[in-house]
Amino acid sequence: MKPQRKFRVLIAKPGLDGHDRGAKVIARSYRDAGFEVVYLGLHQTPEQIVNAAIQEDVDLIGISCHSGAHMYLFPEIIKLLREKGGGDITVIGGGIIPREDIAELKKTGVKEIFLPGTPMDKIINWTRENVKPVDRIDR
Amino acid sequence: MGLSENILLGDVLSAARLIRFLEDEVDGAAEEMDILYQHTGHAHVIGITGAPGVGKSTLLGCLIGQFRQKNMKVGVVAVDPSSPFSGGAILGDRVRMQTYGVDADVFIRSLASRGWKGGLSRATVSTVHVMDAMGKDIILVEAVGSGQADIDIANVSDTTVLVMSPGAGDDVQMMKAGILEAADIFVINKADVAGAEQLRQALQAMLSLSGNSARTEYARTVLMTEANYDKGIGDVAETLIKRWNYIKTNGEIEKRRREQARLELTWAVEDYLRKHMDTMDQGQLTNMIDKLAQRKTNPRSVVREIIVQIS
Repeated sequence: MKPQRKFRVLIAKPGLDGHDRGAKVIARSYRDAGFEVVYLGLHQTPEQIVNAAIQEDVDLIGISCHSGAHMYLFPEIIKLLREKGGGDITVIGGGIIPREDIAELKKTGVKEIFLPGTPMDKIINWTRENVKPVDRIDR
Repeated sequence: MGLSENILLGDVLSAARLIRFLEDEVDGAAEEMDILYQHTGHAHVIGITGAPGVGKSTLLGCLIGQFRQKNMKVGVVAVDPSSPFSGGAILGDRVRMQTYGVDADVFIRSLASRGWKGGLSRATVSTVHVMDAMGKDIILVEAVGSGQADIDIANVSDTTVLVMSPGAGDDVQMMKAGILEAADIFVINKADVAGAEQLRQALQAMLSLSGNSARTEYARTVLMTEANYDKGIGDVAETLIKRWNYIKTNGEIEKRRREQARLELTWAVEDYLRKHMDTMDQGQLTNMIDKLAQRKTNPRSVVREIIVQIS
């Protein structure tokens, strides 16, 4: 009867972009599915997101971008995570992302992109299948 | 090198991971804490409490800036409520503190209350210890937006700040027992909103009637702030620093450390017994519960039976 491990996720909006409805809906859905959600909100730099993810020891970062700068911001976050020792954190993205960019983003290390209209269940189930609460005490 | 050695050197990755494992009660985490414990007790632990929406996180964010100007290393433990329905949580205090999100000498950690009552979470005190062992000078603990009786925060802090805002009640509210008795420093935030002055007068009238309990020494100051505009925060930081210097020299800090140690021991005993119940022979436990349900024994006798087993 050991206590259950908790999933911890971080939801943030990188860059100059005020469209946070999607990020808030995702955060609520994770909450209602029993996840602990660190919500960072708007206008975050890649450094702020990566530092928060490491301090909070999250299993997953979900970033939402509607500004068109995803081809810079998403890979930058992945690069900083690897530099700072958080390379094991899964990164997923959403927002207004042209389909032709998805393969390129995945090549840089983004695990999945969820486009507008994706049912919440699909994102939650994907997370449960592809991410596990970290179990190594050393890092 | 072990996790605790890294933490003593100030390593954020190791500290963050240990806090996670302490929260989840993963094997090995408590043993690391056993090593770190002797290196704690140096930081000024400041508890920040008050009703939801009065501006605790915003004020805390401004206070980080004040302490950083004085080159102090700052830790923040921010507790938000877990859902009693799903077990999930939105940890949203950090939004107000992100100005310091890239400062290497500021470590912010959000915790979900996970069903713990009293405005904190089971792992809050351990998290404070980890930050203390990392070498933080100041550790700010933000409780769950709280009610009148959530005073755990005052029992684990060296200084307790109660944040209030106008429009939350008259002088009869000020007479009530609970957190108003336990706070050391009172901050009226949103001082630009109508009713702030009346609140200050009611609060000050209440405080003038307070007896000479330990908590009334030195501070019990009322300060006005507008945290949204970073106004009045310098006074709050100054008062906190003065109070710390005072309680370090007049013996109050030793007294508080003993009170805190006593509370921590009580929690550790409860924890130890609870964990033993989870890991003991479950057949035997079921047997004990059955006998209790049939009224063939009583709870205290079973507890004695369990304790004899442990020793």
